[in-house]
Amino acid sequence: MMSHQPGLFARGSAWVVALYLLLPISIILPVSMTDQRFLSLPREALSLQHYVTVFGSPEWLASIWQSFQIAVVSTAIAVVAGTLCAIGCWRLASRATNLVRALMLLPIIIPSIVYAVGLYRYFAGLDLLDRFMGVVLAHGVTGIPYVVITVSTALAAFDPRLEQAARGMGASLMQTLRWVILPRITPGILSGAIFAFIHSWDELVIVLFIASRDVFTLPRRIWDGINENLDPAMAAVAVLLVVFTTGLLLLDLALRRRRAE
Amino acid sequence: MMRRQDVGWWLLILPAFLLMTAFYVAPIAQVLAISFTEPTPGLGNYERLFTNESVQRVIITTLRICVITTTISLLLGYVLSYRIALASPAAQRWWILAVLVPLWISVLVRAFAWVTLLRRQGLVNETLMSTGLITEPLQLVWNEFGIVVGMVHYMVPYAVLPMLASMREIDPRLLAAARGLGAGRITIFAKIFLPLSLPGLLAAGVLVFIFTLGFYITPALLGGGKTLMVAEWIGLQILDLLRWGLGTMMATVLVVAILVTLAIFSRLVDMKRVFGGGGA
Repeated sequence: MMSHQPGLFARGSAWVVALYLLLPISIILPVSMTDQRFLSLPREALSLQHYVTVFGSPEWLASIWQSFQIAVVSTAIAVVAGTLCAIGCWRLASRATNLVRALMLLPIIIPSIVYAVGLYRYFAGLDLLDRFMGVVLAHGVTGIPYVVITVSTALAAFDPRLEQAARGMGASLMQTLRWVILPRITPGILSGAIFAFIHSWDELVIVLFIASRDVFTLPRRIWDGINENLDPAMAAVAVLLVVFTTGLLLLDLALRRRRAE
Repeated sequence: MMRRQDVGWWLLILPAFLLMTAFYVAPIAQVLAISFTEPTPGLGNYERLFTNESVQRVIITTLRICVITTTISLLLGYVLSYRIALASPAAQRWWILAVLVPLWISVLVRAFAWVTLLRRQGLVNETLMSTGLITEPLQLVWNEFGIVVGMVHYMVPYAVLPMLASMREIDPRLLAAARGLGAGRITIFAKIFLPLSLPGLLAAGVLVFIFTLGFYITPALLGGGKTLMVAEWIGLQILDLLRWGLGTMMATVLVVAILVTLAIFSRLVDMKRVFGGGGA
């Protein structure tokens, strides 16, 4: 039996859409290697001078390092809280836990501008404005939904009788968690960690409101760059970011494939 | 009733619950509260919805851009999902990668790429001028056109995911059978494929619409401060004009609009389609 194939028009237009998605992003690669001093395509030769500028700039390096630290700590918060919560909700599976799960999804549904405005005022009272701890908390809390979603998906494929058997044979809750549940859902937890990390690493709106001088993350520096001086160093930073994100994404896909096998 | 043996499992939920309440729900509740108390207690801020022209203009602009963006994103996303759903498993993997990579690439990087392409001395204008197609650079960015181009680019992957999920549930034997019975390509699409993919289309529409409503970065960078959407307007009120009452009022309206949209459509669409398998 021959399978149904899309027509020529459908195939062609799908290619056009795919190019619309990918081409604008790939244009930054040649632009980042321009030999000119302004944002343009290379004229005479390819040059890595703008990468040298970025790696020689204490400001860019400081922002990259700060963003990395914030992302690591906030991912840790999101993974621990999100994983435990997803397991609890999965095991109890009641009306109340459905509400809890809906609550955990709020940061994806409510626009970050609303949260950022609220946090600006809230953190002023707690003396957390422009503090490392403040940004970590904000990114950690808003990273929880990604972990809850991926871990819940992993748990959906987990046979609950395994947990009952372990408990029935006298294992404590901690032992069951450590030896029965966690090993089975590790790929889901890692996926969640990757998404929570990317979330914090890319996050700008909250940072625009609750940080100003001492905490100056990478997205914040890019934002200022786009608004003030569009120089080719920006394109170099953009390329590095794309490479980094794509790498994390491929890692996640590899993990998923292993889980599927 | 909480059973005794369940206490341990509830304790697992506790850290996330406390974090979420103290550092997410509380700040947002404060936003809602301020909209009723500042500058003076009462509904004064909400009265502006009916009397203030700038408030009304920003709402209308936002809705217009959201409707345009959602429509185009759904159309482009549908074309892409249709192609992916009917591709061979090996080809599907590549197509899905082409959707996922843009989805996860920083929104700032993408806005930067669009500025590089579309500004006055940008690559598009330079190419068109050097080929002699135009003599004056076109105004492609820092206006509503630029916003829509950038937003659609951001939203297409979000539109594809729910649509693709629902298209994959369509039994390919149905299509083959229709073909065997002599139906043409257009008939198969209109009578079988399209109706069966409608739930995914609707879910994608809800998702894209609520995401565009509160979008901040792309409109701010590609709108150039002239075309204001709700999120940027709220930021302006709070950071530059210090009008907390007005800003938080609009933030509240935004949240209510999103929750109402979700509530209406949760009767029509399975919300799991919108927020993935682990959703509420």
